[in-house]
Amino acid sequence: MALLEVQNLEVNYGLIKAIKGISFEVNQGEIVSLIGANGAGKTTTLHAISNILPKSGGKVFFDGEDITDKKAHELVYMGIAHVPEGRRIFSELTVYENIQLGFFSRKDKREYEQSLQMVYEYFPVLQERQNQIAGTLSGGEQQMLAMSRALMSKPKLLLMDEPSMGLSPLYVNTIFEIVQKVNRESGTTVLLVEQNAKKALSISSRAYVLEIGNISLTGTGSELLNNKSVIEAYLGGE
Amino acid sequence: MTATTFIDGLSLGAIYALIALGYTMVYGIAKMLNFAHGDIIMVGAYTVYSTLLWMGKPILAVIFAIAVCVILGVVIEKVAYKPLRGASPLAVLITAIGVSYLLQAIAQLAFGAKAVPVGLPRFPVLHIGDKLVVNVSTLITLGVGSVLMIALTLFIKKSKIGRAMIAVSEDRKAAQLMGVNVNRIISLTFAIGSALAAVASIFYLMQIPNTSPTLGSMPGIKAFTAAVIGGIGSIPGAMIGGVLLGVVEKICLSIPALNPYTTAIEFAILIVILMVRPTGILGKKIREKV
Repeated sequence: MALLEVQNLEVNYGLIKAIKGISFEVNQGEIVSLIGANGAGKTTTLHAISNILPKSGGKVFFDGEDITDKKAHELVYMGIAHVPEGRRIFSELTVYENIQLGFFSRKDKREYEQSLQMVYEYFPVLQERQNQIAGTLSGGEQQMLAMSRALMSKPKLLLMDEPSMGLSPLYVNTIFEIVQKVNRESGTTVLLVEQNAKKALSISSRAYVLEIGNISLTGTGSELLNNKSVIEAYLGGE
Repeated sequence: MTATTFIDGLSLGAIYALIALGYTMVYGIAKMLNFAHGDIIMVGAYTVYSTLLWMGKPILAVIFAIAVCVILGVVIEKVAYKPLRGASPLAVLITAIGVSYLLQAIAQLAFGAKAVPVGLPRFPVLHIGDKLVVNVSTLITLGVGSVLMIALTLFIKKSKIGRAMIAVSEDRKAAQLMGVNVNRIISLTFAIGSALAAVASIFYLMQIPNTSPTLGSMPGIKAFTAAVIGGIGSIPGAMIGGVLLGVVEKICLSIPALNPYTTAIEFAILIVILMVRPTGILGKKIREKV
């Protein structure tokens, strides 16, 4: 059974149909990418799944449960963590306070220390900077913080929106390595939205290509990496 | 300026600050100007009046005033403002003004338009040394006001819920993604703001022992001014703005040449500060989110 199942999802912005009834699924333990050009509707899809944007139609199931109309904050308690586009860390709070807020949905104090150690192991630089105001971090560090914040909720499913956006190649590599590591070590399922198609496909078990509100293509990561139309449209037509 | 004037000013400032905190917290977290906030003070004052009339116990009057104001504040938010979440700020603003008039009209129907005396106990006047003459009520206001403000600051800074409030004020959607129930945080904000307004109403009555349906207007608008001077959305800003305004008011009142212009001077300070620092003393620069 799929961990996340999206059925005929539709999202409208006023009269404009941004997502035109797409269906896809993410199985337990997979890394699945949603790739596509700017404006294809990748971020909109994630926002609609997380219910920070209203759906116009369709259904979403998580772990067999209908979560179509669940409130955004309730989904966190169910095990969905969303690392939003543009990171959206709390820039006035310290790094540590941001990480603490990531634990908001959980109660057990002992588990807190464990989770904290885990994210500090993934991102040692955050431990060094734990008392720094988060707004003063570099873009790459902010992305790490946003990821740590999400991991603190111990998610079953991690939704990641454009983690590579605006980052130097070095940071992009680090972030993608950690995504793989989290997936491997904690069994966290990942739904990744990326413009950096090459990078995303190279770590994905499967992927979907989104084109102006429709899914145009699907396959395993390596299939799509070698697909002619994908190469032409998204991989710089090598 | 004598020490007495200064202490009176600090005390009045504490009242303004307590009210200003309600404006500034609601603005920071719910992103709206709650112009009915001043009228919460009036409701608090009539609750004190009624309780004293029926039961004669000041301590019950204090408890009831806080309880009634908290419930009223939360109900107003749920009934009048929550349905407008996501509506244009202007619609919310007009609604808040509507709620303000509604509360005043209800008070007028229930208690009449004339001011009524509120029989809070009188406090003794202390003479400390030769120069300093203070009413005990002034010291109570200053003491309790300071304790409440420190407690609020610690609550916001140190508690889990307090940090969730900061998170909501900074980025509502990101806070939701942490599992924060934004509606509950907004309710809590209205509850805290209204409780502080209730306390302020009691202090206000200790200085001027009568109430009328428009009692909340002047302290309300002054506290709002204080919040804007301090930088609306900023909690320490509201405290600084409130105290500044209270001290200025008492100083102006004590100088015969300035006395008639007191209110004008207070609002002039607002204009000057907004010209120099449009976001207020501690206000943040407005950032555009992409």
